[in-house]
Amino acid sequence: MRELWDLYLAFFRIGALTFGGGYAMLPLLEKEVVEKYHWANRDDLLDYYAVGQCLPGIIAVNTSVFVGNKVKGLWGALAAVLGVATPSIVVIDLIAAFLKNFSDLSVVQHAFAGIRVAVAALIVSVIFKLFKSGIVDKLTLALFIVVFGLTLFVSASPVYFVAAAAALGVLVKKGGKKA
Amino acid sequence: MVYLQMIWEFFKTGLFTIGGGLASLPFLHNIADRYDWYTHEQLIDMIAVSESTPGAIGINMATYVGYTIGGAFSSILSTLALILPSFIIVSLVAGVLNRFKENPLVRSAFYGLRPAVCALIASAGWGVVRISLLNTALFSSTGKLLDLFDLKAVILFALILPAILRWKKHPIVYIGAAALIGVVFQL
Repeated sequence: MRELWDLYLAFFRIGALTFGGGYAMLPLLEKEVVEKYHWANRDDLLDYYAVGQCLPGIIAVNTSVFVGNKVKGLWGALAAVLGVATPSIVVIDLIAAFLKNFSDLSVVQHAFAGIRVAVAALIVSVIFKLFKSGIVDKLTLALFIVVFGLTLFVSASPVYFVAAAAALGVLVKKGGKKA
Repeated sequence: MVYLQMIWEFFKTGLFTIGGGLASLPFLHNIADRYDWYTHEQLIDMIAVSESTPGAIGINMATYVGYTIGGAFSSILSTLALILPSFIIVSLVAGVLNRFKENPLVRSAFYGLRPAVCALIASAGWGVVRISLLNTALFSSTGKLLDLFDLKAVILFALILPAILRWKKHPIVYIGAAALIGVVFQL
């Protein structure tokens, strides 16, 4: 019971501090899930993002369900996903009811210009950390560079990159050596 | 009755959206075409608010659209309906994933997956950096290199990134400070 409550609150905090899409959530996941509660490690997070990208549903929800599920099965997944959605429901309902011109307010625009910079810096910092767990040899470094380069010039669904990279992993390692 | 229709529409949106929250936009526009629940103009306003409030954009939009259709209760239903397909599918996949995690083939697949996902995250990070630090529209009209950079934002970024790497405080510290600096210095 205690753990479910912790999950709900941790994901409530994550939801309340995510500004942007599912990727903006990563620095918060790293802090709460990996560093604070040790519910999952960085490899797990990368795996959840990889698989979550290819499954139906928005990334933020999919990742929350993965982490919750790992900690406490179906109930854990429910606690995490309700936690991550609660701040949205509260904040959006309040704004919709009382402050329809919210995004036109100049104070909001200035605050948000600042927040975007912080989010950019937080994502960059989390990339440094994830880089260490994803890039382990020359081949994975090459794969990183190729995929990164492709995303800059080709606007294809990430699903294709993920599928191709997984296939390459299987071909190279053939399930043999310890990956 | 409108609730049931709405739940069904959001369930489908949750089921067919793959990726970030903005990927659900075509479905929300499509709903606007087929029902008189909200207009396309209203949807654009709702996107603006969803992007400038806390919470993942996809969840915010489901909540806002639900509220527009029928108030607070309806916003809870629409959000839960959007989440439900993910909840079912990811829970099933998580069960399978846990069972086969030590399987050598699965491990090989993840060996290739992790760097690719790192690249996707880095690419998303580059997108946020570009939007928050660079002024590409102004640059392409004037052609002056100095116009490319949003100077105040670049300075804030240069201060905040080392702080994050050095002190490892909770992200709320940096987000709160940056919001305040944004207001004070009219970023």
